[in-house]
Amino acid sequence: MNEAQRLVELIPRLRRYARALVGDRATADDLVQDTLERAWAKLHLYRRGTDLRAWLFTVMHNVHVNRVRASRVTDPLEDEMPELAQRAPQGDALLVRDLDRAIVRLPAEQRAVLLLVTLEEMSYEQVARTLGIPIGTVMSRLSRAREKLRAMMLGQPLAAKLKVVK
Amino acid sequence: MTEPVDEHDLQAYADGKLPEDRHAAVAAWLAAHPDDAERIDNYRQLAEELRSTYQGVLDEPVPERLRRALHPARARRFALVAMWVAFGAALGGIAGWQLHAGWRPAPGPIADTGAAMARRAAVAHAVYSPEVRYPVEVRADQEAHLVAWLSKRLGAPLRAPKLDAVGYSLMGGRLLPGDNGPVAHFMYQSERGTRITLYVRTEAASNQETAFRYAKEGNVRVFYWMDRKLGYALSSADIGKDDLFKVANAVYQQLNP
Repeated sequence: MNEAQRLVELIPRLRRYARALVGDRATADDLVQDTLERAWAKLHLYRRGTDLRAWLFTVMHNVHVNRVRASRVTDPLEDEMPELAQRAPQGDALLVRDLDRAIVRLPAEQRAVLLLVTLEEMSYEQVARTLGIPIGTVMSRLSRAREKLRAMMLGQPLAAKLKVVK
Repeated sequence: MTEPVDEHDLQAYADGKLPEDRHAAVAAWLAAHPDDAERIDNYRQLAEELRSTYQGVLDEPVPERLRRALHPARARRFALVAMWVAFGAALGGIAGWQLHAGWRPAPGPIADTGAAMARRAAVAHAVYSPEVRYPVEVRADQEAHLVAWLSKRLGAPLRAPKLDAVGYSLMGGRLLPGDNGPVAHFMYQSERGTRITLYVRTEAASNQETAFRYAKEGNVRVFYWMDRKLGYALSSADIGKDDLFKVANAVYQQLNP
């Protein structure tokens, strides 16, 4: 099977990752489209015999970072999501009950790691290579992403703290 | 327990990524640490929920626009090939007429203003630039080898200009047959995937310098010029005349510092 066919087969996985990464369907498919166009133009740089999926997800990661920068979407990479504390309406509304909404509230860099590990079930080494970061960074982002997600979903440490603030 | 359990172990445990013996060791450790056990169990549940939340996306039909995104070159290639075929027919006509008239190539600089070179360069661009897998013969990661090889075949010291300042990086190059012998063909690509090619031939007969000239062959734009022993033609079907002119200037300045 040639690379073009393999790329076609990877589209559903790209869409799944993109959907979780950006939240809404249209934006996610825009991201996938940009990624595929770029991958197609750069296919000569792909080294045959290496991991095409990791290569493709690297392309998507770069496209995503560029899109976020270009559109100045409020999604700074180091954002530690202070908005959750600031908005703090009342009572149970603090808890984000929907997982998809909780995911997009994670800082972008942590979200990417969590999704590659969980949805794509990549090894930590593959995630490190795909995102171009050291494996130690993968582990710390994964750990922080999970703890934040858990706090949001289960209303444990973070929500408890918010209640005190209120 | 030989090694103490750390956070890395716990994450890997939640992901089911530990080797069997280590997995058992961490499970034993968790049995003695109920708070961590609950936390890790939550992580596993969240991972499950995450997978099931997005599972459905895998089964959705893929929108046509995404499939099309993988074949933008196809439409472009058809246009280019059509142009090339039309051009070939025109050339054939000219050649036939010239043969009929007993035409022979006139020596000297006046006969060849480079227009023929521009056409040749446009054809080479049309043929090679839409290539996905084999746009070049030798890739830029072997640039020194590429330049040495082409210089040797052309019998003149060549350089592949660095065009990063105007947004283009070298993909590589190839050797082509030309009217006067071997031709060096360098290909560049921008971040957006637009491509330009630089066609370099030796000018055996002439020793002239010319200003930039512009030609359009089908949808390929060409700036060409001669610089003593070498003739250059810079082609693109992807960018406009003004942008191409900027690149041509950059090439000229690099080659004539």
